[in-house]
Amino acid sequence: MLSIVGLTTDHGHVRALENVSFEVPAGSLTAVIGANGAGKTTLLRTLTGLTKPTSGSAHWHSHDLLSLSTEEGVRHGVAHVPEGRSVVSELTVAENLQLGALWRGKDPDVQIAREEVLSLFPRLRERLSQRADTLSGGERQMLAIARALIARPDLLLLDEPSLGLAPLVVEQIFQTLDRLRKQTGLTVVLVEQNAISALEIADNAVLLSLGKIVISGSASLIAQDTELRHAYLGY
Amino acid sequence: MRERFALNWLRIPSGMRRALLLVLVGWGLLLISDRISEFRVYQGASVATYFVAIVSIVLLTGYSGQVSLGHGALLAIGGYSAALVMQNLHWPFWIAFFAAVFVAALVGALLGVAAARLSGPYLAGTTLAFAVGLPSLANQFSFLGGEQGLPFDIGVAPSRFGENFSPYKWLFWISALFALFAVWLAANLLRGRYGRIWRAVRSDETAAALSGVNVARSKVLAFTVSAGFAGLAGALLCATVSLVTPGGFPLSLSFAILTGAVIGGVRSLVGAVIGAFTLVILPMVADAIAQGASDAVSTNLPAVLTGVLLIATIVISPGGIAESLSHLGRKIALRRQKRI
Amino acid sequence: MQQFVNTLINGASLGSIYSLMALAMILVWRSTRVVNFAQAGQAVLSTYVGLEIHRITHSYPLTLIIAIIFGALFGALVDLLLVRPLMHRVGDGPIAAVAPVIVTLGLLSAIQGFVGLIWGGEYRSFPAALSQNGFKVGLTRIPFSPFDLFILFTTLLVMLAFAYIFQRSGLGLAMRAAAFEPEVARLAGVRVARVRTIGWAFAGGAGALAGALITPTTLLAPNSLDLLLVFGFTAAVLGGLESLVGGVVGGFLLGIGLALVVTYLGSSFTFITAFVVLIAVLLLRPRGLIGQRSVRNA
Repeated sequence: MLSIVGLTTDHGHVRALENVSFEVPAGSLTAVIGANGAGKTTLLRTLTGLTKPTSGSAHWHSHDLLSLSTEEGVRHGVAHVPEGRSVVSELTVAENLQLGALWRGKDPDVQIAREEVLSLFPRLRERLSQRADTLSGGERQMLAIARALIARPDLLLLDEPSLGLAPLVVEQIFQTLDRLRKQTGLTVVLVEQNAISALEIADNAVLLSLGKIVISGSASLIAQDTELRHAYLGY
Repeated sequence: MRERFALNWLRIPSGMRRALLLVLVGWGLLLISDRISEFRVYQGASVATYFVAIVSIVLLTGYSGQVSLGHGALLAIGGYSAALVMQNLHWPFWIAFFAAVFVAALVGALLGVAAARLSGPYLAGTTLAFAVGLPSLANQFSFLGGEQGLPFDIGVAPSRFGENFSPYKWLFWISALFALFAVWLAANLLRGRYGRIWRAVRSDETAAALSGVNVARSKVLAFTVSAGFAGLAGALLCATVSLVTPGGFPLSLSFAILTGAVIGGVRSLVGAVIGAFTLVILPMVADAIAQGASDAVSTNLPAVLTGVLLIATIVISPGGIAESLSHLGRKIALRRQKRI
Repeated sequence: MQQFVNTLINGASLGSIYSLMALAMILVWRSTRVVNFAQAGQAVLSTYVGLEIHRITHSYPLTLIIAIIFGALFGALVDLLLVRPLMHRVGDGPIAAVAPVIVTLGLLSAIQGFVGLIWGGEYRSFPAALSQNGFKVGLTRIPFSPFDLFILFTTLLVMLAFAYIFQRSGLGLAMRAAAFEPEVARLAGVRVARVRTIGWAFAGGAGALAGALITPTTLLAPNSLDLLLVFGFTAAVLGGLESLVGGVVGGFLLGIGLALVVTYLGSSFTFITAFVVLIAVLLLRPRGLIGQRSVRNA
């Protein structure tokens, strides 16, 4: 279980997150939704050590996430795919995948994981020897997720995977995600502005506004709350 | 509050006030020069020379945000230009000094055109290459005197200054005069239109460009002006040793100037004074430490100290001594206010 | 014709040394975004260390190997003790943009001073692996010696080793990823700071080798490698400062180009040529002669 208690993060004089507390049960998918600037990205970056928190705590099972460095977090099963299709453009698709499993060394399971990931995103298999910057936006996003999955994380933090992608591609990625977690019991925190799609596959949801939690609870309940939708999600 | 009242009471325009202040400082310096030893007078001339060189870095790096590791080369250009003018045209030294400023500024303008298009590390590397290579070039042209260099004689003081007016004192008077003139010029420049433009470009190029500043031109101008100051410093430097040689402008000179600027505070003219004193005092400190040690130690210790000081300044107080002092001053003033 | 060929091979042997220095500067630039001007100082220091080793053991292989190892260790130490803490501290201080450059200069000054302090300022000779007298072709002696051949052979070997490490090994993959996208690399579990230090170590080793190979011809003094620094930087810029292959090609181009200038125009034009080439490349082709698709800003 991921449990976050009283997390507060400042960017200079701006308070990006204020006293955020919620829990993500193991094996569930929690959507973090909210408008631009609500603090969603900051939340994920704080969890993986890319941004330093001001106060609060965050634990994944028994690991104190806030005391781990970014690279150590990965080695404790926490994968983070930041927004903007984070792949290394100068490397090939195969190299990007290899990069994700580099720290696992010669573990024979790496090959198995690689095959599984490639069958999850078959389009990547066709492009293994291409440089990542020749891929389409959707393919890059798939590669970024695949790179995270090849490390066999138990907690996946996904930041805006749908940003700037065609609806069809978004649909495909979300379906894959849904299938994946049902098969493997992966715990997912999905940050999304695209609340409709996110709430569809999520078990729980956390609605952030200006760094504070407005409401958290069952995804389907939040999706049905017309008032909330009008006030914070714009549909 | 009391100070503000005093200044208002004087009711002198600020430009005039600065000029007046400098005249007072100059008068003070001249009085002092009568009461200290010859060696100290000579060191005073060195301080003035370094000061002008450091001001040139303050203009360039502190205000325009460009780095130059090659100012030693511009000093060399100034020194050689002045020497050539004196030797071949037999003009008096003070005209030669202006020739040094002019030629160095010209070369600076050319460099500046290139520099305006280069960012940080590229500019640093290019100017470094300039500093490494240019002095060796002087070796290869006979009219520059080769390894031996050219004589650089500013003569002796006119007889009306009296019999016991030593050459060192004469040197000091000239250096101090030019340094005061330089600081007057720099202060006016920095407080004026171009100072504002440079500051704007340094803090945000895009924003400056959007508000109508010609960024490239402002950078070229900064390089030109800075090179002019460097040329003057070069001529002064050669005057202190009565000689201009290729060996007189090693890479370590460029580094020393930069060090002085950084240690004093790369954004302040007061910092330039502190930096200039530091550069003259540093070898004395090294000498004191190396007392009794071998020659190798005493000649190389200054370089070690320079490097260590440079690194320490960047790590401990990137704004230099001047900024630290003004922070301290503000703190003390604040505490006093609280007490009242 | 004979003279032209001689010039070419001679230039190639010099150029291979420039390539090594360029590699050193590019390795550091890619990993840390700092042009390390102290590289000349580090190389001088390791060359003096080599000289001491030679004085004691009279063994050239040992001299070379220990100089390289020392250079690598020293490079790693510079990163660990100076650059890493500095990057944390300066952040966005008043002179953040120029601070790293100034610190490497401070280091250069400190090292050169230190070297002079220990070993004095006079020029010293440094041993060469093989004879520096040119080969005989027919009756004439050409200006290409067994030692030149050794230089070419050694640097090519080192470059092949680098190419293998970077293109084929996991460490190389981590180094490339850390250079291009440090954040993505960290998220993939790469210990970026450690990889960076390894980059500094490689650079220190390459610089040390460059120093040890060029010094038999130039003699050794505290600042005798300043020119190598300038040529190495020029070669790196020729290659775009970003690509290792570019740096190697840049080094060979510069070496051969300068050799041609010396042969046909005279040695007084070497520096002017290098400087003009440097400025011309920077102004006309800031991505280097071997154009790369993506150029990153400092």
